[in-house]
Amino acid sequence: MRRVGIVALNTFREAVRDRVLYNLVFFALVMIAASILVGQISIGIEEMVIVSLGLSAISVIGLLIAVFIGVGLVSKEMDKRTLYALLAKPVRRWEFLLGKFGGLVLTLTVNTIAMALGLFLALGVITQSDEHLAGSVLVAVYFILLKLALVVALALLFSCYTTPLLAILCTAGLYIAGLFVKEMRAFQSDTVSQAVQSVLRGLSYILPNFENFDVMAAAAHGRAIPGLLIAQNTAYAALYCAVVLAAATAIFTRRNLK
Amino acid sequence: MATPAIEIENLTKDYPFGFLHLKKKTSLEGLTMSVENGEVFGFLGPNGAGKSTTIKLLVGLIFPTAGTARILGKPISDISMHGDIGYLPEQPYFYDYLTAAELLDYFARIHDLPAQERKARVDAMLKKVGLETARKIQLRKYSKGMLQRVGLAQAILHDPKVVILDEPMSGLDPVGRREVRDIILELKQAGKTVLFSTHILSDAEMLCDRVGVIVGGKLRGVGAPDEIVGMKPQGMEILFEYTGDSKGLRGLLSKATQTGSRYRLQVAEADLYATMQQLCGAGAKVLSVSQVRATLEEYFMHLVAADRAQAPAVEVSGK
Ligand SMILES: Nc1ncnc2c1ncn2[C@@H]1O[C@H](COP(=O)(O)OP(=O)(O)O)[C@@H](O)[C@H]1O
Ligand SMILES: [Mg+2]
Repeated sequence: MRRVGIVALNTFREAVRDRVLYNLVFFALVMIAASILVGQISIGIEEMVIVSLGLSAISVIGLLIAVFIGVGLVSKEMDKRTLYALLAKPVRRWEFLLGKFGGLVLTLTVNTIAMALGLFLALGVITQSDEHLAGSVLVAVYFILLKLALVVALALLFSCYTTPLLAILCTAGLYIAGLFVKEMRAFQSDTVSQAVQSVLRGLSYILPNFENFDVMAAAAHGRAIPGLLIAQNTAYAALYCAVVLAAATAIFTRRNLK
Repeated sequence: MATPAIEIENLTKDYPFGFLHLKKKTSLEGLTMSVENGEVFGFLGPNGAGKSTTIKLLVGLIFPTAGTARILGKPISDISMHGDIGYLPEQPYFYDYLTAAELLDYFARIHDLPAQERKARVDAMLKKVGLETARKIQLRKYSKGMLQRVGLAQAILHDPKVVILDEPMSGLDPVGRREVRDIILELKQAGKTVLFSTHILSDAEMLCDRVGVIVGGKLRGVGAPDEIVGMKPQGMEILFEYTGDSKGLRGLLSKATQTGSRYRLQVAEADLYATMQQLCGAGAKVLSVSQVRATLEEYFMHLVAADRAQAPAVEVSGK
């Protein structure tokens, strides 16, 4: 476990030294700042506009980082052969994978916190925001982080057995599919055969459910988010990540490096 | 006798390729050999012989199709033994965004060296490979030779018992090669076991207790550098002076190489006495007779040529 931490910190250091990251975070902060302007025009619903725009910015930028850096976490090290020397040291392959995962999640956490601070600043500028709103926005940000961790795990899994481009497509595809899990489950039609419908229903239980992490509407309206949902989502993300990372490890431990 | 540092038994590696991976290329075929404790072992072979394949199998980067190997008595699948081995990858490349000092510190942490020792070791290694002045430069700015030096530094950072180096001299200038040779000799003096691959024969001849020659994925010979060469049938060389006309010795002189009035003639061992008698009879003055010592290089070329001749038959075998 100690080595997982060392690899994670190094991964974090790599990200911190990467300028692309700053640009993205900067872009998010600009978007949040812009939301103040938009908010001022929309009298009466300033908070709603700022919260939805801000959370969207945090989510999109986070997703971009999670997918693009996530896919490169392992494949870049294999392509550039930077991991040859490392794996000849007493590092197990699962330790390497978990360290890489942890490093990017740490990076995303720091970035998300930075962007969330920007959002709270924007809210503070425009309104005397009540605690209720702050609380639900905080939970919404936390859910975004959980979602991002799940996306990183998926990106890592795909990059372990396919090319980076395909891995990006697969991760993005799975993310989008995961936004429509409820619809798939409830899908009913006379024109589509029963078999297809049951396949869809089965899939809806296997696919990562990203819908549950979206509480933007509740947050924007300042509605409190139930504690049960927080616990559920946390457990779901942890469990799903564990399964995906276990699968990635199973593939990666058998993999011959070029 | 203690167990050898490295024991390799029937190690084989196939790479599947082509449509549905139905064909396979055998990169390494039934390699069996061992490297004794404290020995410097040279792994010789032309490009594509299977040297890197063997080394990557040993350090667990790839997995064998068949066969086993043990390092320090532990099977290669046992990662815990990695604390006692050092590995320099072929054409090493490291994290662009780290400096040499940071990289070594990172690896030292992985090896669980205590904080104080860590700093001292990193400094000592940078000094040893001649990168003290470049320690604060990011590795993206390093030349190939400098990366090779960093690679060597990380391989011996944790004072491993067994050091495995894949082409340690490649990419280095003559000074650098000399320094690497010195480091290998130092390791030997410290009682370490060194296995290194090379296609440069003089390096192996100079450094190795024993060499193994591998061509086309098969081991063709193992032994001390002079021993291994001795396996090839050799001739005798006669150096003589002859000033007379060429009539009496016409047949011989045409086979000899001439330098002024001196001739150098190579004959088979069995023909030596007959030739000497002929020379003396014609009034030539024999200056010296010596055994032709084939160099490792000749031996090597001989094996490569033999392999080329049958290459089409062995290179690709369908499943
Ligand atoms: N990942 C791979 N896939 C297919 N063939 C490979 C792979 N790696 C090595 N080979 C083949 O195995 C043979 C031995 O390669 P290698 O061990 O790198 O030789 P060298 O002695 O030069 O280090 C070569 O013919 C090479 O083409
Ligand atoms: Mg090689």
